[in-house]
Amino acid sequence: MTQLRLNLLLLFGLALVVPLSLLAGRVWIDPLSPETHNASLILMHLRLPRAVLAVTLGAGLGLTGAAMQAYLRNPLADPGLFGIAPGAALGAVLSFWTGYAASPWLLPAFALLGASGAMLLLALIAGRGGGVALFTLAGLMVSSLAGALMSLAISLSPSPFAMTEIVTWMMGALADRSWREVWIAVPCTLAGAAAIYAARRSLDALTLGEAAARSLGVDPLTLQLQIIAGVGLIIGSGVAVAGIIGFVGLMVPHLVRPLTDRRPSSLLVPSAIAGALLLLVADCLCRILPLASGELRLGIALSLLGTPFFLVLLLRMRKGLSW
Amino acid sequence: MSLATENLCVGERLRNVSIQCRRGMITAICGPNGAGKSTLLSCLADLQEATSGRVMLGEQTMRFKSPRERAQWLGYLPQAPDIAWDVAVEVLVSLGRLPWSDAPSGENARAIEDAIRAMDLEELRHRPVSRLSGGERARALMARVLATQPGWLLADEPLASLDLGHAAALMRRFRQQAQQGRGVVLVLHDLATAMNHADCVVVLDKGEVVAEGPPETALTRDIVSRIWKCRAQWLGDPGERALSIASPSPASERGMRILD
Repeated sequence: MTQLRLNLLLLFGLALVVPLSLLAGRVWIDPLSPETHNASLILMHLRLPRAVLAVTLGAGLGLTGAAMQAYLRNPLADPGLFGIAPGAALGAVLSFWTGYAASPWLLPAFALLGASGAMLLLALIAGRGGGVALFTLAGLMVSSLAGALMSLAISLSPSPFAMTEIVTWMMGALADRSWREVWIAVPCTLAGAAAIYAARRSLDALTLGEAAARSLGVDPLTLQLQIIAGVGLIIGSGVAVAGIIGFVGLMVPHLVRPLTDRRPSSLLVPSAIAGALLLLVADCLCRILPLASGELRLGIALSLLGTPFFLVLLLRMRKGLSW
Repeated sequence: MSLATENLCVGERLRNVSIQCRRGMITAICGPNGAGKSTLLSCLADLQEATSGRVMLGEQTMRFKSPRERAQWLGYLPQAPDIAWDVAVEVLVSLGRLPWSDAPSGENARAIEDAIRAMDLEELRHRPVSRLSGGERARALMARVLATQPGWLLADEPLASLDLGHAAALMRRFRQQAQQGRGVVLVLHDLATAMNHADCVVVLDKGEVVAEGPPETALTRDIVSRIWKCRAQWLGDPGERALSIASPSPASERGMRILD
């Protein structure tokens, strides 16, 4: 399938699902009978921002997943690997811990600060060489550090309410998000996507390994900074507005790759559209599934879906199948 | 134009290496394991920083405006690169045009087509790399370098893992490239291939140049015996040399093992 045809097909799917997602929910809106109570209020202030967020975050996760797999030359890489998501989560947890989360702008601001701190630490540890192995290890270290500090913050939580808030937030969800979150996520995601798109040719060159990529004119340090900025902005802002949503970045590039020529740059745009589609559908399903205690958390649903997928990938890898 | 080094040092790996490679010729870099062959090739490809000394392109110190400009000049084939994604041969070859991504698409398509034809890959162009044999894969990787249309071809052990027939075919391709005016520099383990196919041989040992010149003078029996620490003898006529090495055990000294 040509890349253009694949992108158009995925966009068509997205164009079908977006209106459906606006109608679906605890209150079903029938477009043919306009007398649904508060329909315009529900649409404009609840469903539409939520759909825009799902598309933005899903696209960001799909794009960063494809970029991370290309950069690390590893089909099991995930945007969470570099410690940026735990860094952002640590920032958010600290805002709960200090009580600043009560102010609407401070929680995302803290999370973005946490993501920036993780990005800065990554850049400092990885140094000037631009080597992928050192960078990955630095990411794992940042991830472990953020995880440990997060556990410390939770264990020293000033009140049981703060702890409950933290744990609920960390599960990841798009419920009760407003246009405010959209204005945080959209610009950051667009800026991050621009950084990753600029790195597309370097990611292609990495198909042949680091030495060959350098010989093809790739500057490893520039590429590393593009990846840090791209993944940092997208994942940082995503975690800031919706908590941690895993597995989309891992799953989507795998689903799309067989439909492309497998060149990393060919995978970026379809992964972004397919990520948007997946997150939107998953969010709709979470919304309409009847649960006694409210709705199923999006982060939990995707983890439940993602774990068997990850297992299948591992089994494929054990059989030595090609990517 | 030549590609040369002047008193090049890289830590303990290369010490005062001064060599000269010319365009239109095949230069072979030979030496035992750990002699510094790959390090020297990396320096020539401008991918490794020297502790001291310099690499010269023509009369001047090699300096490029950007990594991309360097890539347009120097085509480098690393030793047995691992291909991360199962792309088709045509896609793999097209990666060689990345340094020319601003060039008109027609020009890029022509260069890819020429490289595919030069390596006899027309029939395999849509085949994924995971389904190529060792020889086909080596040809595809070589076509990737050729697609760049660089002034210099630098290859690190390009014949490793190839059988005799494929190795001979690939050497013929290198000769064609040299005849078209490119400079070809190869790290070779097989001394007979270097003796029969190279125009100039550089012998390295422990990071130092032991011999440099035409193969018949750089790879003499004495040098081979001293550097590779074995009793060696060249058989056959120039251009069709074979190297025989006496087994270290006296009982089998009567039998020689033909390497090529």
